[in-house]
Amino acid sequence: MMHADPNCVLTGTHFMNGDAACCEGALAAGARFAAGYPITPSTEVVERFAARVPKVGGIFIQMEDELAASIALQGMVWAGAKSFTVTSGPGYSLMMEHIGFAAMTETPCVFVNVQRGGPSTGLPTLPAQGDMMQARFGSHGDYSTISLVPNSPQECFSLTVKAFNLAEQFRVPVMFMMDECVGHMTEKVVIPDAKEIEVTPRRHASKPPGEFVLFEPGEDLVPEIAHAGEGYKVYVTGLTHDKRGYPLMNPASQKELIPRLFEKISRAADELTIVEAEGLEGADVVVVSYGITSRVAQRAIEMARDKGLKVGKLRLICVWPFPEKLIRELAPKVKALVMPELNMGQVVIELERCAGGQCKVISVPHPGGTVHKPADILAAIERGAE
Amino acid sequence: MSTAADLHIHNPVEDVLRKERIPTIWCPGCGIGTTVNSFAAALLGQNIDLKKTVIVSGIGCSGRVSGYMALDSFHTTHGRAIPFATGLKLANPELTVIVYSGDGDLTSIGGNHLIHAARRNMDIMVVCVNNMIYAMTGGQAAATTPGNSITTTSPFGSFEPEICLPQLVDAAGAVFVARWTAYHVKQLERTMSKALKKKGFRFIEVLTPCPTLYQRRNNMGDGLAAMVDYKNRSKIKNGAPTYEVALVPGGEIVVGEFVDREREDYLTRMRRQLGTNYSELPPQPEEEEQEGCCSSC
Repeated sequence: MMHADPNCVLTGTHFMNGDAACCEGALAAGARFAAGYPITPSTEVVERFAARVPKVGGIFIQMEDELAASIALQGMVWAGAKSFTVTSGPGYSLMMEHIGFAAMTETPCVFVNVQRGGPSTGLPTLPAQGDMMQARFGSHGDYSTISLVPNSPQECFSLTVKAFNLAEQFRVPVMFMMDECVGHMTEKVVIPDAKEIEVTPRRHASKPPGEFVLFEPGEDLVPEIAHAGEGYKVYVTGLTHDKRGYPLMNPASQKELIPRLFEKISRAADELTIVEAEGLEGADVVVVSYGITSRVAQRAIEMARDKGLKVGKLRLICVWPFPEKLIRELAPKVKALVMPELNMGQVVIELERCAGGQCKVISVPHPGGTVHKPADILAAIERGAE
Repeated sequence: MSTAADLHIHNPVEDVLRKERIPTIWCPGCGIGTTVNSFAAALLGQNIDLKKTVIVSGIGCSGRVSGYMALDSFHTTHGRAIPFATGLKLANPELTVIVYSGDGDLTSIGGNHLIHAARRNMDIMVVCVNNMIYAMTGGQAAATTPGNSITTTSPFGSFEPEICLPQLVDAAGAVFVARWTAYHVKQLERTMSKALKKKGFRFIEVLTPCPTLYQRRNNMGDGLAAMVDYKNRSKIKNGAPTYEVALVPGGEIVVGEFVDREREDYLTRMRRQLGTNYSELPPQPEEEEQEGCCSSC
């Protein structure tokens, strides 16, 4: 494990918004390169990066569109850099092909999506959580990645660092799913000393050229990486490929590659069950939420407790992979799971699947544009407790 | 009696090919391999570090070139080779980055990136193999398909005029623009050698035959007929204004090096403008693991 470079860490107590904190997290995590295309409400992240990064030897390039940004950042990674891109709903849709490319080529990188209301151009300056299924299933074909969801500027800092670390650990694109509220909310952000920020180094080839096989998985199913210009003659393709990276398009090759791309994530399910849980023991109802919605849910939980209801809180910090085991254990012990989301009911489908009919699952949908009223979540809790 | 081993003739360019990947997927009479031969010869004839030379392609028949070269090879998505190459170059300016792809890839779906990489004067070399058709997908019309051509998506003849690539990239700001055909193997090698050494956005168009999917439907004969056609119709005009090099069906094919000028490339300009605001930090040394605390203890 390495630690953050002190030249890039703004150690101290700050008052900053989520977008700014995300930028600081990326810098602390070691990102020195980014490619982006402007879109509200995400652009402040790269605006700050563009101002900060030259002084620490990095580059931000504003590309001609999101397709370009989302593949330029992967060129940066294969040249040896840590890099990311930042976008919002419509741009995220355009990036989907390259999220698949990153998954297929096992390119460690981070896609930040500051979600806004949709579909289409929707509500550029107002929040939603409508891209959650796209984060999981948006690109064509089968693949598995990781999605982290912060609920405060403080977490925009710390979880961005984690997003980069997980990208390196698993060699996957990591989705950092903010929302407009969290992105534009200004709060206290404490940035620790560089020595206290752990940074996962790239899993670089431990063998010399000639002996090294680019897509040979390790024990954890994750391969090591070599970069362009190091003499390894890497061969990287989005086609189904063998361990050398050479195209090999047949059912046997597909069967060897695709399940591994899934399993390298699913095997780490326990490690990737990142949640904030409170009051689950003895609860009749548990409110499951993520992102900005979890802060409204907190108020609803307090209102319900004031009424004497036994309510637990489960905040999903890592939404994908979904904490399946945890939900399967929890469902038989409660009367209901209540899930408010700033969408018409996306992640709740997965919650229902994992609950498997063992308890009621109550969706509290919202089309976005603002946040829930605590009373709406409270009403769902009361229904669940009946 | 001679054996197969005795008959093996060393191809002078095979050192820069991934021999285990050959034979190629290309059809008989296709011109892509011919361009690769010129490219490989240009690479070997240069005093450049092949370890620092990277080839990037998009999708299609010509997109497969990257995989046949014994270089760091990136076979990316349709139309996006140039932005991927841009990322490589920015993050490691020591690399010599070559984009080698087809006309449909680079100029239709990737047309926007072509324009902007030329505008930025990104320090990459782009080879556009122009066979005037979408070949790998089965012979559909491309932006480069000559007007009135029969293709699978224009069975009554295409209604659109073809794009003039040298004029486009010249207007967008490329510092080096050339065109040859698969007939001009030596000239192509020399131009590629020159372009490899030049800094900035360099663009080389190479017209190549596609007997299987373009010529057959348009009664243009086989690959050899295309070469005879190139020989008869080509006229070398180095320095020709690019607005005069449009490809007219049956007309003159103007070939040569049209543009060769100097303009500050993206990274040079960036560093100049940033001045002292740009500082390269020394790489952070890897921290040593303390005794007795590693995971294997």
